[in-house]
Amino acid sequence: MEVSGAGKTVTTRRGLIAIALVALPFPVLSSGDPLAAAIAEATGGRDSAEGGIALETPPLAENGGQVPVTVTVESPQTEAQHVRAIHLFATRNPTPGIATFRLSTAVAEAKVTTRIRLEEDQAIIAIAALSDGTLRRATAAVKVATGGCIG
Amino acid sequence: MSALSPPRLWLPRTVRAGEAFEVRTRVEHPMETGLRREGARLVPRDMLASLVVTVDGTPVFEVAFGNGCAANPFHVFFLRLQRSAEIAVTVTDEAARTARTAQRVPVA
Repeated sequence: MEVSGAGKTVTTRRGLIAIALVALPFPVLSSGDPLAAAIAEATGGRDSAEGGIALETPPLAENGGQVPVTVTVESPQTEAQHVRAIHLFATRNPTPGIATFRLSTAVAEAKVTTRIRLEEDQAIIAIAALSDGTLRRATAAVKVATGGCIG
Repeated sequence: MSALSPPRLWLPRTVRAGEAFEVRTRVEHPMETGLRREGARLVPRDMLASLVVTVDGTPVFEVAFGNGCAANPFHVFFLRLQRSAEIAVTVTDEAARTARTAQRVPVA
């Protein structure tokens, strides 16, 4: 019975995350939301579009303290067209900011692998800032067996 | 705070001009956010602020760390060189201490 109860909680949370994600990428209205504020700070409040960016995460992380994440952005990495920055956000960690990567044209492929911390089941958001001023966004859901932040 | 140890840096022995090659870095660091408790005690914050990769002194790749970065930060990314160069990795913690590792990469 406890197991099904826990499952229900997860489903509800997922639902909330989904709602949050739909509402999220667009200009932030509530300044009280730390996630929205962190994204607005990184993007200057500009809109991001999906596509041209992939976010690879394991669907289930046994250890929330070491979750591998790879972000790949489709970009020729030329002077005229390259990725300037990739921002990573956690939607349900104690704090939303994970990392910002700054790239130059000496970075041959706009692909970065890192390891992150996740406290509980949640969605991860990657936003890439391109040299033409556009922003690309990808999200991925990760289930976390053992939280990696507080414990 | 423990002493800052130099980052580990893995590079190919030689690379071809203009071709992508893989770079891996790892820093031994607890990345304590100051949010974690051990029993009743709050473990003090001890975080890296940044990791900067340079090619002959010019920054080419940089990580700004947030709380969501795992302990012992590990990164994989791809660089390209037109000519032989020194690749260096410098980490800086929030107390502004730094540690650096450098390796020369010959372009074949």
